[in-house]
Amino acid sequence: MTVPLDPAAWLLPLFLDLPFQDGYVRSIIYVSLYVSCTAVALSALFSIPVALVMGFTEFPGKQLVKSVINTGMGFPSVVVGLLVLFAVSNQGPLGAMELVFTREAMIISQFVLATPPITAISLAAVTGVDDNVRDAARVLGGTRLDVALVVIKEARYGIATAILAGFGRAISEVGSVLIVGGNITGADGISKTRTLTTAIQLEARQGRYETAMVLGAVLVGLVLVVNAIVVRLGDSGAMNR
Amino acid sequence: MQRRELLRGVGLAAIASTAGCTQVTGSDSSDRPGVSGETLTLTTTTSTYDTGLLDEIHPTFEEMYGVTVDAVPQGTGAALETACNGDSDVVMVHARGLENEFLRNGYGINRRNLMFNDFVIVGPSSDPAGIDGVTSATAALDAIAESESPFVSRGDNSGTHRKELNLWAAAGVDPGGDWYQETGTGMGEALNIATQQGAYTLADRGTFISQRAEISLTILVQGPIEGGPEILANPYGVMAVNPGVHENVNYDLAMAYIGWITSPDAQEAIANYQLNGEQLFYPEAVSENPAFQQYVPDGWRIDAESQ
Repeated sequence: MTVPLDPAAWLLPLFLDLPFQDGYVRSIIYVSLYVSCTAVALSALFSIPVALVMGFTEFPGKQLVKSVINTGMGFPSVVVGLLVLFAVSNQGPLGAMELVFTREAMIISQFVLATPPITAISLAAVTGVDDNVRDAARVLGGTRLDVALVVIKEARYGIATAILAGFGRAISEVGSVLIVGGNITGADGISKTRTLTTAIQLEARQGRYETAMVLGAVLVGLVLVVNAIVVRLGDSGAMNR
Repeated sequence: MQRRELLRGVGLAAIASTAGCTQVTGSDSSDRPGVSGETLTLTTTTSTYDTGLLDEIHPTFEEMYGVTVDAVPQGTGAALETACNGDSDVVMVHARGLENEFLRNGYGINRRNLMFNDFVIVGPSSDPAGIDGVTSATAALDAIAESESPFVSRGDNSGTHRKELNLWAAAGVDPGGDWYQETGTGMGEALNIATQQGAYTLADRGTFISQRAEISLTILVQGPIEGGPEILANPYGVMAVNPGVHENVNYDLAMAYIGWITSPDAQEAIANYQLNGEQLFYPEAVSENPAFQQYVPDGWRIDAESQ
């Protein structure tokens, strides 16, 4: 058997018909984006305040906390998947909420995965803001919130990078969403918990490398688009200044 | 199933809110089965899923009861483990040894024989171990081990992996060494790896047929469907998760599913399912023979004197 590397052979189905039911590809793209974007948004809401507090204050054990966060960046996604599965399983502490094989469980695991990189990179960005900026804001009579907003504005490129790193980790991981989501698609071909990554894994398992590569191209395209949008937002923020 | 109740409530509210403008619903909700709108979680093996069988037959059940079936393809060991934790309502697997344990421990009830096909030993057409046409599966494995020809094992506690281990045990061989590779992957990937390495492997006939076009392996030892040894039989069973152990499981719907899939209509649909012009699964639920053993663990007997 040869893996088809002729680009025309696998690009062709991209424009013709894939061997899928109507709406299948669209629904897995939707699930991928829904899960990853929700997880990253929640993660940013949590991580950025944490990064600001850590950047502004000194406390005993700060280095240790930093080390823990940095370790978290390398946490294997399958391990996170297993831990979340134990938590949400019928036998686990969150069992009563019936979250196994749902998008909510996938969001939880991606939240856990995306939070360390977003926190660590935001922290670096916040720490890198010139002390004079912070002092000036304070001297000019700014409240703590004003000072925080000024710092966020100064550090926005770094924070955007942090969010993109978190998003990249979330949307490209396959281990945890497979375990807690179950890779479910209805018999009508509409994805419930199947993402692009788990769909690619399924196609590869069945030896259908052409369709796997088409889905891979869709995933890469999606990440590019999201990156472009975030960078664009950062630039327009600069113009409004 | 409080969340399901809530969702159904939301659904009914949505229907009620549109009732003034349209006649979408047509039938009164009291006409529908009591399980309507619920979701059944089925954990199953990769072979039933990857062959496309479930996608083919499930729409009929979903339409009949107005429900959704979430089929989670996991491999037999993982499917039963998920069910043990109460995270699925019904299981469809193919490893009687593991099913026996599952039943004995009280996790599964109402087991039925569902269907069967068989396992085949496949390998490169060059056949370095010279097993083509051998009528004994154990002799074939013996020859592979003897010649140290590459062999790909699933190594994933799936039904196929369990069968393979049983075959090695029956052959009296303890496989190991460079020639024996555990891949820890699904059947499809194992077939791909075997193709690329010119290795032998044990495959269920269904997955092999569904992937024959993508791989260059041939059947060297046939299973019982084509007159091969009975030891290569591959029976599938379906069981409900015991609501006495896990009260959250959707037992009503699980039994509706088992009733439906063992009915003459669904069994006929299984028999009619073909890929590349070949039948993949042979139904065996509908029979004149009551086959009491299907309901209980293998070898289980009631003590006659206690009656």
